[in-house]
Amino acid sequence: MSNESSVAGKGHRRSASVLFREIKKNRVAYAYIAPFFILFAVFGLFPILSGLAISFFSWDGISAMVFVGFRNYARLLSDSLFWKALFNTVYIGILAHIFILLGGLVLAYILNSKLIKFPNIFKTIYFLPMVTSSVAVAIVFQALFGLNSGLINFGLQALGVARVDWWGGSGQYVKTAIIVMFAWKWIGWNMVIYLAGMQGINADLYEAATIDGANHVQIFFRITIPILKPIILFTIIQSTIGAISLFTEPFVLTNLQGGTGNEGMTVMMYLLKKAPYGNNQYGLASACAYLLCAIIIIVSFINMKAFATDDEKKSGGK
Amino acid sequence: MTNLIVAFVIVLAAVLVLAFRAPRLGKSVALYAVLAIVAAVMLIPFYWMFVLATQPTSAIFQNPPPFWFADNLAQNFASMMASVNILLSFTNSLIVSGSYTFLVLLFCSMGGYAFAMYRFPGRNKLFGILLVTMMIPWTAGIIPWFFMMSKFGWINNFLALIVPGCANAFGIFWMRQYCQNNVSSSLVDAARIDGCSEWLIFFRVIAPILLPAFAALGIMMFVNSWNDFMQPMLILRDSKLHTLPLMLKYMLGDPTRGTDMGSMMLANTLAVLPILVAFLAASKYFMSGLTAGAIKE
Repeated sequence: MSNESSVAGKGHRRSASVLFREIKKNRVAYAYIAPFFILFAVFGLFPILSGLAISFFSWDGISAMVFVGFRNYARLLSDSLFWKALFNTVYIGILAHIFILLGGLVLAYILNSKLIKFPNIFKTIYFLPMVTSSVAVAIVFQALFGLNSGLINFGLQALGVARVDWWGGSGQYVKTAIIVMFAWKWIGWNMVIYLAGMQGINADLYEAATIDGANHVQIFFRITIPILKPIILFTIIQSTIGAISLFTEPFVLTNLQGGTGNEGMTVMMYLLKKAPYGNNQYGLASACAYLLCAIIIIVSFINMKAFATDDEKKSGGK
Repeated sequence: MTNLIVAFVIVLAAVLVLAFRAPRLGKSVALYAVLAIVAAVMLIPFYWMFVLATQPTSAIFQNPPPFWFADNLAQNFASMMASVNILLSFTNSLIVSGSYTFLVLLFCSMGGYAFAMYRFPGRNKLFGILLVTMMIPWTAGIIPWFFMMSKFGWINNFLALIVPGCANAFGIFWMRQYCQNNVSSSLVDAARIDGCSEWLIFFRVIAPILLPAFAALGIMMFVNSWNDFMQPMLILRDSKLHTLPLMLKYMLGDPTRGTDMGSMMLANTLAVLPILVAFLAASKYFMSGLTAGAIKE
């Protein structure tokens, strides 16, 4: 790009021919990256843009589309089930991620400390849920959370706590069950990423802090976490997308329904129930997809802003 | 209930703080204890799945539940085979994940190599676009995507699960990282001077260097595709085309099967086992691959 501007002083025609020659010389490179851009344009960009268009129409997928303006959005926002699903999703997402983020950080810190031998064994075990099919995991957890013969109720009983009707009652425990399973599945992923980040931290830093009399708790909060901030931000943005799109686990856990009183219904389940899995309200489903997309972008933006200002403060202090 | 979880977390945190402050030997013991408890929590669901796969349904719905293996494996297998064709689903999964992985490795290594080793006009802008696409939640376009698939005649067709994502941004980003760190431009230049064509350079000179990267990215992509559920659910309506996760879901909802938990868990086990074994054999590759892609900016 800078070459281009320096040449531009001698006349546009020459810079254009240089650019053309450069492009021609590198045509193989363009061929190599073409598959991505073509496939993204066709299967990514086009659906996303036409999704916005469809969200302003009423459409059952067969008959003619009828323009309805923002009425799909209005219908969504006035549907109490949509709000319930959104609340469920956010509730599950936030609570599960408290465990996933903090647990991942603490486990990574322990495994990274020199006190543990064979950290790879633990690392592998913690990561096992991540490579396991969500459907299979959900079916196992459905059994684990069984009322009369579930292992978890058995454990609770052994601790002297009354059995919990996880799936029944008024549905008040459905979300807890989903959170437990969600955290169980994802904690290893975050741990592995944080661990890799921690291994990149210069060991001298720790040593200097130890010599200065800092204990592990202080090192963890004052050194490790600040340095890992960009990585934590990365995982939080990933988690936001993952949590808002949460579908398979609650869908299977609640027996392909939404759980008692729809307490386990997430927005993604709500969306696919509108169309194409269930009803044929394609316009409404598209509007829902767009609201979700907007939420994800807003939350990611807030995250980035929150973390960026913190960093600026720090570099200003130095 | 929530109180109980909060209490559990507080206890765990207290143990941790104490552990890190205790003298060295006690410290290690306490930390191992914490790690072992977490490991047990991670492993118990797997163990219980294996146990239930060998139990008759009558024993599963008892209190206390079974903790050890029984001898009902053969019956469970028979009743599983009566409900679903697991071999067919296994083959379907293998076809989808195998061809998807192959194409991902081909396109992503080409793309990553081009972004890493060529300086072409617009490179940085195009790479910027690629990075931005990773932040877009693809579910925003799920409805038109589904329509496109039906217009293409790709409902009940594996192509819908293989083609759209096979040149993905993450893979290209990841391969670019690997190429930058492992391919030297002098090697490429030397091959050029020898008169090698650009395509030949890539397939003869570069591809062999990328073998470890193929292994790491390949395992990652294969597992993702193998476990994918939402897209296959929308696309594969015909039970003859079901991949393993769909087969499990179908079996769960199969009314003729009743509540036969033993065979359900056996199917679960069989669906999960190949990936578990592959992961345990290559876990180092897998995790180093993941983080290499995730950490670097």
